Amino acid sequence: MNRVEKEQYLRDYSVLKAQGKPFFPYAVAKDGAMACVVLAVIITLSLVLGAGQGPKANPTTTSYVPRPDWYFFFLFELLRVVKPSSLTQLATIGVPTIGMILLFLLPFYDRGPERRPERRPIAMLTFVVVVAAMALLTYKGAHAGDPTTIGMATPPRIVRTGGATLAEYEAGKAVVAQSGCLACHKIGENGNDGPGPNLTHVAARLPVLAVARTLVNPTAPMPSFKNLPPNKFKAAVAFLSQLK
Amino acid sequence: MARRPAPPLPSALKAPPPRPGEGNGPLSPVEQAKEAGITVVDWVDERTSLSGAARWLMFRKVPKGTNWYYTLGSATLFAFLSQAVTGVFLAMFYRPDAAGGAYESIRHITDDVFLGQFVRGMHLWGASVMVVLVFLHMGRTFLFGAYKYPRELNWVIGVVLLILTMVMALTGYLLPFDQRAYWATIVANNITATGPLVGPYLGDFLRSGPEFTATTLSRFYAIHMLLVPGAIAALIGAHLYLVTKLGTTAPPWSKVDRRPELSETEV
Ligand code: HEC
Ligand code: HEM
Repeated sequence: MNRVEKEQYLRDYSVLKAQGKPFFPYAVAKDGAMACVVLAVIITLSLVLGAGQGPKANPTTTSYVPRPDWYFFFLFELLRVVKPSSLTQLATIGVPTIGMILLFLLPFYDRGPERRPERRPIAMLTFVVVVAAMALLTYKGAHAGDPTTIGMATPPRIVRTGGATLAEYEAGKAVVAQSGCLACHKIGENGNDGPGPNLTHVAARLPVLAVARTLVNPTAPMPSFKNLPPNKFKAAVAFLSQLK
Repeated sequence: MARRPAPPLPSALKAPPPRPGEGNGPLSPVEQAKEAGITVVDWVDERTSLSGAARWLMFRKVPKGTNWYYTLGSATLFAFLSQAVTGVFLAMFYRPDAAGGAYESIRHITDDVFLGQFVRGMHLWGASVMVVLVFLHMGRTFLFGAYKYPRELNWVIGVVLLILTMVMALTGYLLPFDQRAYWATIVANNITATGPLVGPYLGDFLRSGPEFTATTLSRFYAIHMLLVPGAIAALIGAHLYLVTKLGTTAPPWSKVDRRPELSETEV
């Protein structure tokens, strides 16, 4: 807006304001009615849905699939959409940071005098795209499962070997299934495809030690699993190293 | 009041005649109460001059055409106040003790305390309501072009409020200290730590070290119940000061009617 437009705006605005009604009691009445609606909604939600409590936090067993509260689904889901792990950083930090900077600076690059939505096509298009994308990501996040089982047939070569190998494989499968890995990894037909890579054939690309190292010292956002009890940890690694 | 004849008293004991300007006779109790109220207000106003500010805030005009969408901001404010009140009650029972006290105190609130689950539910769902409202309010100001001259600064303050609201949601999520809270927070913290420049430091600061420890929980608690709410309250003050100073926008479709008798301003 140049100076003429600014002065024009202030003039028009002072006319519209002078023709308006006093804040008290007109706007205050509307605000008060709205406050009652908000309070009623909060109370209803509290009475109907209550407040639950899951099992106690425990660094050594991760029977819970890590999942943020619903209003962060769109961020978490972004990790799943951006698949290649070289781009994970872009999804976790790049997109939100750029989005925030654009949001902050909005009044400084959108300086046109026009305020009517139907005459601001670019702004409206951006609005629709951003809202649709956030709604879609939130919806997808809400429908991503919390899988805790791995329905995979034990490979015949392990069944044939039997004994300790078979026992460790089965134990490892259970640990991996219950440790929330499936929130971020796909193994066979189970789990979510992302943000982590598909693990169906990890052992083909990673040696055993590398798998163990990843579990102890992973790249974000994967949590570290070094607090798992040693036997569970060993079993998990044994299971993963059979996924060829 | 009917006038009765005055008792025959020596003139020294007679009540002095009312001074000019003073009412005649004693006030009724209702009148006295009114007088007392006015006196108190006058007393405060004489020492603070607050009545001007109150008039400035309450009797400013809102432009013609102001509609229900303009209530979203105050609805957000109300949700914040509700969070503050329910939060105070939760803080009376909550213990930020990672060794088990936190989880146990949440269980105590939920199962034992009178109306405990209700208040916890209000705080929990109030968070969702506030997040929804803050986004709706932002959408309204965006669609109405309310971020344009002269309200740019108020938009910037608004974005900071949006971020702080999300920080509240994130830090509050850990406090019940159940499995879901613990693991989701670890993941969120790892994501924070990958941020550019300040990311690793912010991650370490939140965790209070390279590891997730008992201090992490107290730190999240302090951030959640002191630091961020204080910042939000202060910024809401600045936000509302600017709203009152600049006036709320008129809806973008308003027609300016320039008949001279109507543009007579008395703001
Ligand atoms: C919060 C999501 C998340 C969870 C939970 C998670 N991971 Fe990961 N994981 C990732 C991401 C993201 C990567 C990729 C990191 C990178 O780019 O180096 C990864 C990488 C890996 C890798 C290396 C794969 C490769 O091809 O380089 C292995 C092995 C692995 N995870 C195993 C596990 C196991 C086992 C569990 C459960 C005990 C688990 N993960 C839980 C997100 C997760
Ligand atoms: C804690 C959160 C917030 C509170 C309590 C709050 C409160 C308010 C209130 C009460 C108003 C008065 C007019 C109205 O209700 O529309 C207002 C106006 C405004 N708010 Fe907010 N707000 C918050 C967050 C935000 C955010 C996130 C943004 C945008 C990024 C924002 C931008 C604005 C703007 C530009 C105005 C001026 C609107 C106009 O003049 O029409 N606010 N705010």
